[in-house]
Amino acid sequence: MTQVTVKHMWKEYGGHVVLENVNLHVGDHEFVTIVGASGCGKTTFLRMLLGIEAPSRGEFLIDGRPLPGEPGPDRGIVFQRYSLFPHLTVLQNLLLGLELKDAPLTGRLFGAARRRALDKARTLLAAIGLEAAANKHPAQLSGGMQQRLSIAQSVIREPKILLLDEPFGALDPGITADMHELIIKLWNAHKMTIFMVTHDLKESFALGTRLLVFDKVRIDPQAPEAFGATITYNIPLKGQRSAS
Amino acid sequence: MRRLINRRPGRGGAFGLGLLPFILVISAYLYYSHQRLEANPGDKLLPAPASIGAAIHRYALEEDERTGDYLLWTDTRASLERLGMGLAISAAIGLGLGLAIGVVPYLRASAAPFVAAVSLVPPLAVLPILFIAVGLGELAKVTLIVVGVAPVIVRDLAMRTAELPTEQIIKAQTLGASTWQLVLRVVLPQSWPRLIDALRLSLGSAWLFLIAAEAIASTEGLGFRIFLVRRYLAMDVILPYVAWITLLALAMDRLLRLVRAKAFAWAEPGV
Repeated sequence: MTQVTVKHMWKEYGGHVVLENVNLHVGDHEFVTIVGASGCGKTTFLRMLLGIEAPSRGEFLIDGRPLPGEPGPDRGIVFQRYSLFPHLTVLQNLLLGLELKDAPLTGRLFGAARRRALDKARTLLAAIGLEAAANKHPAQLSGGMQQRLSIAQSVIREPKILLLDEPFGALDPGITADMHELIIKLWNAHKMTIFMVTHDLKESFALGTRLLVFDKVRIDPQAPEAFGATITYNIPLKGQRSAS
Repeated sequence: MRRLINRRPGRGGAFGLGLLPFILVISAYLYYSHQRLEANPGDKLLPAPASIGAAIHRYALEEDERTGDYLLWTDTRASLERLGMGLAISAAIGLGLGLAIGVVPYLRASAAPFVAAVSLVPPLAVLPILFIAVGLGELAKVTLIVVGVAPVIVRDLAMRTAELPTEQIIKAQTLGASTWQLVLRVVLPQSWPRLIDALRLSLGSAWLFLIAAEAIASTEGLGFRIFLVRRYLAMDVILPYVAWITLLALAMDRLLRLVRAKAFAWAEPGV
C-alpha cells in the first residue's frame, strides 16, 4: 500500500515562489496524470517525489514518512531522454537493477543467481517486445524502443511509485498508442502508483485515474515571481484499472 | 561551377592528395641535399640517402663496437619502457583521481583546485627538482612524464565524468545503486574510451618530456642518442631517429584508436 500525502506544501527559490499551498492525497495503485503550462512547477513536483528537491515549507509524506533526501529503489523514474546506459546492451540495461540489488560489492551476479535474474529480465524483455534487440546497444534503437526499455528498466526493481517525466513527448504520435498500452499493462501487473507529467491533455484523460492541473491562482503583473502555482483541479477519472 | 566547400576528392584522389606533401618535402630534401653535396662532398647538414641508409644499417643491424648492442633497438626498448611506464602510471592516477573528483562533491571541492594548480606547473621546471630528489635514474624520467601528463588526464576525466547526463546518475540511484556500484557499473565502464582519448592527446607531450629527460641525463634511449650524436653533427643518424620516433608515436596513436573502436564500439560516433 502506497499513500502520498501533501499538506500546505510550498516550494520557493529565494524570492521566487514555484509552488504554493499544495494539498494532495493519493492512494494505492493510482495513475496520476499531471498537466499545466510550462514553468508552473510540474517537474519540480516530480523532482520532489524523486528526492532531488526538498519542500521549503509544509509536509510531503510517502506512507507517512517525510521524503528521503535522495533517489532510491522504491521510486522509479523514466525521463524523456538519456536515462539508458549507453555502454550496456538492452538485456544488460534490464539486468542492471537486479544486479545492483543482490550484488552490493561487485554489482554483478554469477551462476544460479545470474540465471534467475536473466530469466526475469528476458520475461520482461518479451513483454516489451524487444527480444530481437537483446544484444543491441541503446544508440542502435529507435526512440520508441528506447523508451519502452527505459520503462521496463524502471519497473524491474518493482518500485512502489513510478515517475514519468513526459516520457512520450519526444516520440512520433504513431507510437504513443503502443506505449500507452504498455504502461497500462505494467501498471496493472505491478500495482504501483504512477505520477506522469505530460503536455498531452488527451493522454492525461485517457490514462489517469486522477488528473492534476497545476496553475497559478494569483498573478501579480508587477511581480510575476511573487506567487506560485498550485493544484487548481484534482479530477478523479475512470482510468484503465484491470478488473482482476 | 559548384562552391569550393562542396567539391570533394574521390577515394583515390584523397589518398593522392594526402601523399602529396610527403612527396614534396622528400623531393625538396633530395634536391637540396644533392646540390650541397655537389658543392662540398664533406657536407654533413643534408646527408645523401645512401649515407642515411648506411647509418640505419649501422645502428639497426650491426652490433656496436663498444657495447655489443644493436643501438637502435636498445634505445627504442629503453625509451618505450619509460614512456609505457609513465603513461600507465598517469592513466592509473588519472582514472582513479579523475573519477573520484568527478563523482564525489567533497573530493571535488578539496582536490580539484589543487590539481588545477599542479597541472599548470611547467613539468620541465620541475625536472631539476626530480634529479635532486630521486637521482638521475629511471625514476626521474618516468616521474617527469607522470608530472606532465597525469594532471591533464585527471582534469579531463573529472570533466568528462561530470558531463555524464544527470538523468543517468539519477536513474542508477533509482535502481538502487550505491556510490560504489554507481562508479563500478555506470561511471567506470563509460570512462575507458575517454581515458583512451585522453592518452592519445597526451602522447605528444609524453614524448616531449621523455626526450627532454633523456637528453639531460641518460645512457641510452632515443632522445639520448640524438642529443649525443648532435655533437658530431651526425644528421645521418638524427634524421632517421626523428622519423623513427614519429613512426612509433603514430603507431601508438593508431593502436589506441583501434583498441577504442574494437573494445568500445558503443562509444563510437554514429553507431
